[in-house]
Amino acid sequence: MTDPVTRPKTAPVIHNAVGPAQPAGLSALPRNQWLEVWDQFRRHKGAVAGLGFFMLMLLAVGVGPLLWDIDPKYIDIPARNAGPSLAHPFGTDQLGRDTLARMISGGQTSVAVGLMAMALSLFLGTLIGVLAGYFRRLDGLLMRLTDLFLALPLLPLLLVVIMLFRDTLRSAFGPETGIFILIVAVIGMTSWMQTARIVRGDVLAIKEREFVLAARSIGTPDRRMITRHILPNVMSPILVSATLGIANAIITESALSFLGLGFPSDFPTWGRLLFDSTDYLQQYPERVMWPGLAISLSVLSVNYIGDGLRDALDPRIRGR
Amino acid sequence: MKLRTALRGAVAIAALAPFVVPIVAPTMADAETQTGERGRDGEVKIIYWQAPSIMNPFLSGGTKDAEAASLVLEPLGRYDQEGNPVAFLAAEIPTIANGGVSEDLTSITWQIKPDLKWSDGTAFTSADVVFTAEYCMDPDGGCAQLAKFEGVETVEALDELTVKVTFKEPKPNPYLPFMGGQSPILQAAQFAECMGARAPECTDANFNPIGTGPFTVKEFRPNDVITMEANPHYRDPSKPAFATLTLKGGGDSAAAGRAVLETGEYDYAWNLLLAPEVIANMAAAGKGTPVSAFGTLVERIEINLTDPSADLPEGERSTLTHPHPILSDGRVRKALSIAIDRDLLVEIGYGQAGRATCNVVPAPAMYASDNTDCMPQDVERAKALLDEAGWTDSDGDGIRDKDGKKLSLLFQTSVNAVRQDFQALIKQWWSDIGVETELRAIDGSVYFGGDPGSPDTFQKFYGDVGLFANNFDGTDPEAYLAAYTCEKIPGPESQWQGENINRFCDPAYDELIAELGRTGDLNERGRIAKRLNDMITKDTDIVLPLVDRGRVSAHSNSLGGVILNTWDSELWNVADWYRVK
Amino acid sequence: MLIFTFRRLLISVPTLLFIALVIFLLLDLSPGDPMAQVPLTVPPEVKEKMRLALGLGEPGYIRFAKWLIQFFWIEPLNTVDHIFGTGFAEGKLRVISWQTRSPVMDIIYQRLPQTLWVVGLSYVVGVLIALPIGIYSAYRQYSVFDQAGTFVSMVGYSVPPFFSGVLLIVIFSVKLGWLPSIYDTTHVVNDWASFKVQLKQMIMPVMVLALQTTAQISRFMRASMLDNLNQDYVRTARAKGMSESVVVMVHVLRNSMIPVVTVIAMGVPGIFGGAIITEQVFKVNGIGQLLITSIQANDLPMVQTLTFIFAVLIVVFNLIADILYGVLDPRIRYD
Repeated sequence: MTDPVTRPKTAPVIHNAVGPAQPAGLSALPRNQWLEVWDQFRRHKGAVAGLGFFMLMLLAVGVGPLLWDIDPKYIDIPARNAGPSLAHPFGTDQLGRDTLARMISGGQTSVAVGLMAMALSLFLGTLIGVLAGYFRRLDGLLMRLTDLFLALPLLPLLLVVIMLFRDTLRSAFGPETGIFILIVAVIGMTSWMQTARIVRGDVLAIKEREFVLAARSIGTPDRRMITRHILPNVMSPILVSATLGIANAIITESALSFLGLGFPSDFPTWGRLLFDSTDYLQQYPERVMWPGLAISLSVLSVNYIGDGLRDALDPRIRGR
Repeated sequence: MKLRTALRGAVAIAALAPFVVPIVAPTMADAETQTGERGRDGEVKIIYWQAPSIMNPFLSGGTKDAEAASLVLEPLGRYDQEGNPVAFLAAEIPTIANGGVSEDLTSITWQIKPDLKWSDGTAFTSADVVFTAEYCMDPDGGCAQLAKFEGVETVEALDELTVKVTFKEPKPNPYLPFMGGQSPILQAAQFAECMGARAPECTDANFNPIGTGPFTVKEFRPNDVITMEANPHYRDPSKPAFATLTLKGGGDSAAAGRAVLETGEYDYAWNLLLAPEVIANMAAAGKGTPVSAFGTLVERIEINLTDPSADLPEGERSTLTHPHPILSDGRVRKALSIAIDRDLLVEIGYGQAGRATCNVVPAPAMYASDNTDCMPQDVERAKALLDEAGWTDSDGDGIRDKDGKKLSLLFQTSVNAVRQDFQALIKQWWSDIGVETELRAIDGSVYFGGDPGSPDTFQKFYGDVGLFANNFDGTDPEAYLAAYTCEKIPGPESQWQGENINRFCDPAYDELIAELGRTGDLNERGRIAKRLNDMITKDTDIVLPLVDRGRVSAHSNSLGGVILNTWDSELWNVADWYRVK
Repeated sequence: MLIFTFRRLLISVPTLLFIALVIFLLLDLSPGDPMAQVPLTVPPEVKEKMRLALGLGEPGYIRFAKWLIQFFWIEPLNTVDHIFGTGFAEGKLRVISWQTRSPVMDIIYQRLPQTLWVVGLSYVVGVLIALPIGIYSAYRQYSVFDQAGTFVSMVGYSVPPFFSGVLLIVIFSVKLGWLPSIYDTTHVVNDWASFKVQLKQMIMPVMVLALQTTAQISRFMRASMLDNLNQDYVRTARAKGMSESVVVMVHVLRNSMIPVVTVIAMGVPGIFGGAIITEQVFKVNGIGQLLITSIQANDLPMVQTLTFIFAVLIVVFNLIADILYGVLDPRIRYD
C-alpha cells in the first residue's frame, strides 16, 4: 500500500475492480481512506474483540514481568509439580519453575517470533508472487526458485544455516538476539512459497481483467499498477496466509528448539512449553492447557483481525 | 533426539521402588508352565522405539540392530544378568582352569556344542565361526565390530567342533570375538558371497540371516517391523514358547511405555527413557511391570582442558596450544563438581533407574572404585575453592571474575528432555557459586557425529563442558579407560577423531594403562582400573560423573521369564519367555 | 496450452537436475555423520573404516555422478526387469541406503501403502470437508455455521499434532480402549472384519491430519468466495434470474478456485512427503518416518532420493496447477 496522505482522493475509486466507480469520495469532502477502513473495521464485532484480546495479550507479556517478578528460570525444587496456588497461579513444572512466569516470558518470544517471521514470509511471498505474476519475464525464473525452495529438505537446511551463521550472529548480537534473528530468518525464508504461489495465481487472473486493461491503456506505470490495482485485489488470500503463518511460525519454533536448533534449552517459548508438557498430559493436564490455550487464542484473535481487515478493505462492503 | 543408549551394562537389579519389581529367575512353579511343545503360547509382541534397520550387527553398530539380530543370531557365549559369561553355542566357557585359555594368554580354544543346526537344517560347524572372523576382518567390509577382533592373529578350525583364536600378544581379556550380542556367528554358506566390499549387496542375507537362535525372520521391513517365527531346528525342542514374534519399531519411549503399561497392546517395551513419575503413573494402570537393571552407563560432565574460544584462529581452538583459561585449574573443576547435588539429579531424572556416582567405572564390582569424594553437595567448600583459585566477584554482578575475565562457561549436550532438565539444574547450582553458564543443546546426530566440518561435535568440543553418557562393552574396562591417554586426543591433524575429548594428558596415566594391558591377574587388574578411575575423577576432576544409569524396560504382566540384562542383548533369553496363564 | 505444457516439461529437466545438485550440496555440507548413531564404544578408527566402506572417501562430484547414474539409469532398468522379467540391471549397483544396506527404492515401495492409506486418505477427506465448509461459510458469512467453522478450524490449525495426537491416544486408546495406539503396517485387508480393523487403526491419524488440511483449505476457500460473491458479475447473473445454486456453485465457485487450486496442488506432493510428526505419534512408519529417521542417521542416498522424488512431484503438480488456472480462467495465457 502506498502512503495514504499523498493520494487520498483517488484511492476509493480505483479499488473497485469491475463496473462503475463508487461515488464514495466524490460527493462530499474526500475522507481519509484509512479512517474509513477503521470505521468499517470497528463495526466488525469479532475483529474488535480479536484486536482487543490480542492487545491484551501483548500487554500481558509486555508488562507482565513487571507485575509478576518471579524469574522464569528460577528452579525451586521443593515446589515442583505443584498445582495452581496463590504463590503459583498456574502451578509449577517438573523442576519447580513458575509456569505463569514462563508463560509470560515464553509469550514475548513466541509472539515476537510469530509476528516477525510471518511478516518476513508474507513480504517475501507477496513480493515474489506479484513479480512473477505480473512480469512474464520473471515468472519462469521465480517459480522455479519457488519449486527449489519447496523441494529443499528443511532439517538439513536448518543444520547448515545454523552451522554457517550461528557463531557470526552470536558474536554480533549476543547469544539470544543472535539466535532470535536466525530463527525469524529461517522460518520466514522457508515458509514464503505458499503465499508466493497463491498470490501469483491470483495476479495472473487479475491482470487480465478489464479494469487493469483500462488502467494500462491510460498509461499507468507498472509500479502504480501493482500497488494500486493488483495488490488490493489479492489482499484476502494474503490475510489468510498471515493468520495461518503466525500459527505456523509459533509451532515451527517449538520444533526447532525441540531439535536443538532454536533458543537455549532453558529459554521458555509457548511451543516448547506445550511440547515439554505433552509427556505429563495425564498427570498434570493443566500444564498442557496454558500454552495450548495461549497459542490457540492468539491465532484465533489474529484470524478475526484478519477477517475484519478483509471486510474493511473491501470497498464494495465498505460503501454499503 | 536420538538418545545414545548404547547401554551394555550391568548387574544389580533395582528393587525397592514401588513400581519396579525385582525380577527373580523363574521359580519351580513357573518352570512347569515353561515346558511343553514349541510354539504353544502363540504370539509375543515387542516394541522398540528405535526401529531396527538391519539384522546384521557387523554392518551396523547400532544397539537396536544388534538386539533385533540377537533373536536370530547367537554368539558362542553371552554374559548373563550378573555379567558372568555363559556358554550358548559353546559347550563351556574356556578358562585357564579348564585349559581353554592358554597359560600365556595368547590363545583361546572354543569347543562347540555337538549336533547344532542352523535354521535351514544344515549343521553348524567350526567353519562358520572361522568364516565369521574372516567376514568381519576383511579390510574393505567396514565391519562395525572390528574392535572385537583387534589383536587377533589367526582363527582356525582344529576340527569340526573346535575353534582356536590366537592373539598377536597376550590378551588378558580373550572374551572379545564371538562373545556377546555384537559378535554372533554368521552362516558361512549364506554370507560366502558377501565378503568385503560386496557386503552391502547381500540385502536378503542382511535382512534375513540364517541363525541358530530361537526365531527366524519371516518378513523384515527396515525401520518398521520385523515378523518372526519359531526356529524349527532350535536346539531345545520345547523352546521357544512362542510360535511367532513381532518386533515393531518407531515412535518415542512414551508411546512404547503406553503400549505395554497402559493399553496392553504389546508385551515388551525396550529402554524407556521417561521421567520416573511418568513411568510410575503408567504402571499404575496395572497392565504391565517396569523392570530395571544397572550396567556401566554413566551420565557425566566432561571438562575441556583447552581453550575453545571463538577468538582463536580456526585450527587452534580446543587444541593443546592453548590451555583453558578457567578450567585448567583443578580447584575450579573440583568446585564445579561439588556444587552439584547428584542425588537430586537422580531423583528428578532417573528415579529408581539411577544412582549417584563419583566414578566413571561403576561396575562390575571388582573394577568399581569406592570413591565418593564428589558427594555430598558442598556449596561453601566450592565457593572457598573458587576464592582460593583467585576467582572473586569484584564488580558485584554475581559472577566471579579474575583479571577482567568472567567465570562464564558454555555447557553443551545433546537434545534430550532429561539432559535439558539437568542442564537447567546445574546452571542454577553453578550460578549459586558465582559461575555463569550458557546452555546449548545440539541435535544428537550432529553432536555424536564425527563430521570434521561441524563445530558442534563432542570430539571437537568447541564448548567448555559437555554432558553425555558413555559405557563399555562387556565387563572389561581397559579400552574404555584407555580413551583418556595422550595419543587419543582429537585435533585438526587427526580430523578431530579421538576419544580423549578432555585433552587430558598425563604420562603417569598412560604408563598405568600400559601396565593394565600387560596384567593378566584379575585382582591386580581390578586394582589398576580403580586407580585409573580415581586419577581422572577425584584426583583431577577432568570428568565429573553424575549418575550411574540403569536401564528401564517394561513387560506386560502376562509375559513371564523376562530377565533384564544390561551386559548383553536385552533379548538374550527370549527363548525362555512364556505366557503366564 | 499444449505447447506451453510441452515447453514447461522441457524446462523441468534442467530445473530438476539443478535441484538435485542443490540438494546434494546441501546434504554434503550439512554437519551430520552416518556414524552418529553408532555407540561410543566403537572406536573412532573403526568408524572411519565404516565411513570409507560407505564410499564417503570419494570426492563429492563422483558421489553425485554415481547417484545420478544409479537413479536415472539403473533404477529404471530394474523396474523394467521387475515388470518383464528381463535381466538388464543384473549385477549393477542400485541406490543403496547406508542405514539398511538395501536398495532405497525397495523401502520406498514398502512404505507407500501405509502412506497412501493414512496421509493420502486424510488429504482427500480434508479437502472434501474443507470445500463445502469454505463455500457455505462464505455464502452465509457471520452465521453461526461460519463462526463455528472458523473457531474449529483455527483451533485445529494452531494445535500441533504432537499434542492433538497424544491427546486422542490418551482418550481413545488408554481411557476408553476403543482404538489401537499403534498402527500395524503388516495388516492385510481381505475381508470385512479386517477392513474394520484397518479402519480402526487409521481413524485417529487420518483425523489429526485431515483437521490440518481442512483448516487451511477452508480458510482460503472462504476468503476467495467472499472476494467473488460481491462482484458485479454475480449481481448480473442473479438479475438474469439464474437460480442461486447455479450462481454460487458454478459462477462464483469457478472464479474462486484459483487460490484453492494452488493450495491443493501444493499439498499433493506433501502426501508423498508423509507426515513426520503424526506418523511418529501413531507409529504409522510411512515415508515421513523414513525421511526423518534417514535424516537423523544421515543416510544421504535415502534422503537424496526421497527429496528428489518429492521435488519431481512438486514441479509436476505446480505445472498441473498452472494448467488448471488456464482452464478455470481462459483469460490467463502463458504464451
